[in-house]
Amino acid sequence: MASEAERPVQAGITRKLTEHFQPHHLDIVNESFMHKVPKGSELHFRVVVVSDKFQDKPVIQRHRMVNEVLQEELKNIIALSISAKTPDQWQDSDQKVGKSPACRGGAFL
Amino acid sequence: MQILLKKTMYSLFRRSVIPLTRTTGLRTLCTQAVEPGSKEHIEKLVKNKQVVVFMKGTPDKPMCGFSNAVVQLMTFHGVEKYESYNVLEDDTLRQGIKAYSNWPTIPQVYMNGEFIGGCDIMLDMHKNGDLIEELGKVGIRSAVLDMEKNKE
Repeated sequence: MASEAERPVQAGITRKLTEHFQPHHLDIVNESFMHKVPKGSELHFRVVVVSDKFQDKPVIQRHRMVNEVLQEELKNIIALSISAKTPDQWQDSDQKVGKSPACRGGAFL
Repeated sequence: MQILLKKTMYSLFRRSVIPLTRTTGLRTLCTQAVEPGSKEHIEKLVKNKQVVVFMKGTPDKPMCGFSNAVVQLMTFHGVEKYESYNVLEDDTLRQGIKAYSNWPTIPQVYMNGEFIGGCDIMLDMHKNGDLIEELGKVGIRSAVLDMEKNKE
């Protein structure tokens, strides 16, 4: 497991999402390895946030809430895939993080 | 040099084959009075259009997995006529659309001038059936409905 110092972006995302959403469940996956970027990059992330704060909010608003919290990170990272669920929705789901679609080579364009 | 030539030829090819996929360079010429990437400019691009996709690359050659996923969804639902804008060709548009939608990532899908979502939301809507309904609202019958009919 990489230390916080080695993964500052992931550590920051984890901290901010935890503080803001007090999630029942939180997954943060650095998917940069799937792209043509230097090894150890922190540029593509996938997050699963399960929180009561999403209750009665349409999905687009949930995404906006996450984007807002991570607005500083979003200035530097290339991709952020979001799954924002309520605890009930998470219970009813397959509870898997999933995987983003394969890269098409345009990461640095 | 070779790459540049290839790119230019590709973009010429695109213009001639699929007129619906407009390059932003052309658009800028047509809308000189409007500042590129401005709210007014983007409003013109999306207003009264059934489906508009802002993406990385073109429907024939998506340059990003998320953009490709949206193109695949359109194909799956039989949406043939939609306008697409390649933000990699125009940084002003790339920044402009992010500001207009208050949405930090590409792709972005608009229907009838309304922001629908990015790749994750489109995939969610596809999975839960909402995409069929959303397309219906702008007068597009999803091909999925006919697939279901055939199954019956």
